Amino acid sequence: MKLAAGDLAFGYRDFPVGAGVSLTLEPGEILCLLGPNGCGKTTLFKTLLGLIERHGGTIEIDGHDLRTLPREQLARSLAYVPQAHAPVFPYTVFDMVLMGRTAHRGLFASPTSQDRSLTAAALARLGIEGLAQREYTRLSGGQRQLTLIARALAQDAPLIVLDEPTASLDFGNQLVVLDQVRRLARDGKGIVMSTHDPDHAMSCGTSVLAMKDGRTIASGDVRETLTAAVLSEIYDVEVEVVEMPGGRRVCIAPAKAEAVEG
Amino acid sequence: MLAAVATTIGPFETSGRQVLAAFGRYFGLVPQTAEPATIDTVLFSIRVPRVIAALLVGAALSAAGSVYQGLFRNPLVSPDILGVSAGAGLGAALGIFLSLPIIAIQGLAFVFGLGTVALVYVVASMVRGHEPTLVLVLTGVVLGALAGACLSLLKILADPYDQLPAITFWLLGSLASVRAEDIWSAAPVVLLSLVPVVALRWRMNLMSLGDEEAASLGADPKWLRLVFVTAATLMTAAVVAIAGIVGWVGLVIPHVARLMVGPNFSRLLPVAMIIGAGYMLVIDLLARNLTTAETPLGVLTAVVGAPVFIWLLASGRRGWS
Repeated sequence: MKLAAGDLAFGYRDFPVGAGVSLTLEPGEILCLLGPNGCGKTTLFKTLLGLIERHGGTIEIDGHDLRTLPREQLARSLAYVPQAHAPVFPYTVFDMVLMGRTAHRGLFASPTSQDRSLTAAALARLGIEGLAQREYTRLSGGQRQLTLIARALAQDAPLIVLDEPTASLDFGNQLVVLDQVRRLARDGKGIVMSTHDPDHAMSCGTSVLAMKDGRTIASGDVRETLTAAVLSEIYDVEVEVVEMPGGRRVCIAPAKAEAVEG
Repeated sequence: MLAAVATTIGPFETSGRQVLAAFGRYFGLVPQTAEPATIDTVLFSIRVPRVIAALLVGAALSAAGSVYQGLFRNPLVSPDILGVSAGAGLGAALGIFLSLPIIAIQGLAFVFGLGTVALVYVVASMVRGHEPTLVLVLTGVVLGALAGACLSLLKILADPYDQLPAITFWLLGSLASVRAEDIWSAAPVVLLSLVPVVALRWRMNLMSLGDEEAASLGADPKWLRLVFVTAATLMTAAVVAIAGIVGWVGLVIPHVARLMVGPNFSRLLPVAMIIGAGYMLVIDLLARNLTTAETPLGVLTAVVGAPVFIWLLASGRRGWS
């Protein structure tokens, strides 16, 4: 399974957001999307998921044009993990995850016992089986995010799109979620996720796409692409990339000159 | 159970034994007496149709309410959100104003109810670039208000001694004049429109998460919305045509059902329909026995529904957040 977008122009009706974006995603990869607020990350995701019409370029899944794929087939190839949100009605965590099975059953079908066991397995995989009968609306942000990831797992699509999975999570939950993302990739899922934290891209990404104002600033291998220069350009602030003992790299704001003097 | 008891209560004194005997005669279990007893007439031309109508109205409004609340992701939505009641009210008032026969009044109510929602749907689909459900609701409110204005005009023009009370009574809902034929016209519509709702019950859960999530999970929100709105509107229009505008049921009952069994539509739908049918039966029982004159259903559902609703809001368990 391979997702490939070429020279993509995207946006809302009569309102272009970005253009000239190309990317590919294959199983086992984690493609991180970096860019400032409003640079078009979410719009790009909606376009990749076929939720809004693209303005130009190509999107193909295994060589098939996205527009020719029926909704259900698309959902079996590409799962979507939206930002943790609260629906109006208090579905149980189990039912939320069970909804991921919809694309595998007929139009008029209700979930089968097989769907239920796959749902239980997805919950167990993420270590949240204890939450199964809790109301989703009453969970913490981190638990909600894990539930939505479990739903994508139940959806059983080889490719997963995560929209800022660590947004508004505390430090501990960010690490828990990132750890799960890494595990999914190890198990052969192809993952594209957006994040606001360059360190997340450095710690778990295999490749990166840096965007600004709807355009690609740089893309490719994380180590080669995420340089201080690129990060400074997309965020419009001074940034240093420092190598830690052991080879890990982190991104920090440079010590201010006056702070050093004072 | 409730239905059986309800047939025995009414202004015409009957005992359980008499009713049982009458049913026996009706189904040919007991030989017919020479002349039909008065009780047979009362039972089979008035009470039984009325009981069935109450069950039908309650179940249909509750089912439609459950659908609309899920579809619009709002627990405070009632089946008339898209203007079906406003349209039906206008149609019925027009029929009464023109002194048409009852069947024509019902027909006008049905057609106007459907027409209003269809118009809302068409107008809303021409407005682009906004969240589709929001546009739909706003268009419904606007066109509903327009229908309400036309209705007010008819009320002013109507004969204050004869037509105006009839219009007002119709707008508050009543099963007093329900005949067996009414059930034969409304029940098939309700049952038919229940078919897609029951068949697509699992998809309804997805719709309540919003269009984008539903689509990413493999559902087609545009098409599903059209099917659900059509079905819910058809069943509402069908029962409004025979019973007038009965408020509150479609709003409160899905709520109560959700508190009992949770939001999963597969369980919510049958429970809401059963509670709705039972509730309507009790309300109608009160309507015809509380005072010597008929009390309008809309008045009773509001008097009972409002405190229940406030209690639900105040009490701990939430059916929504």
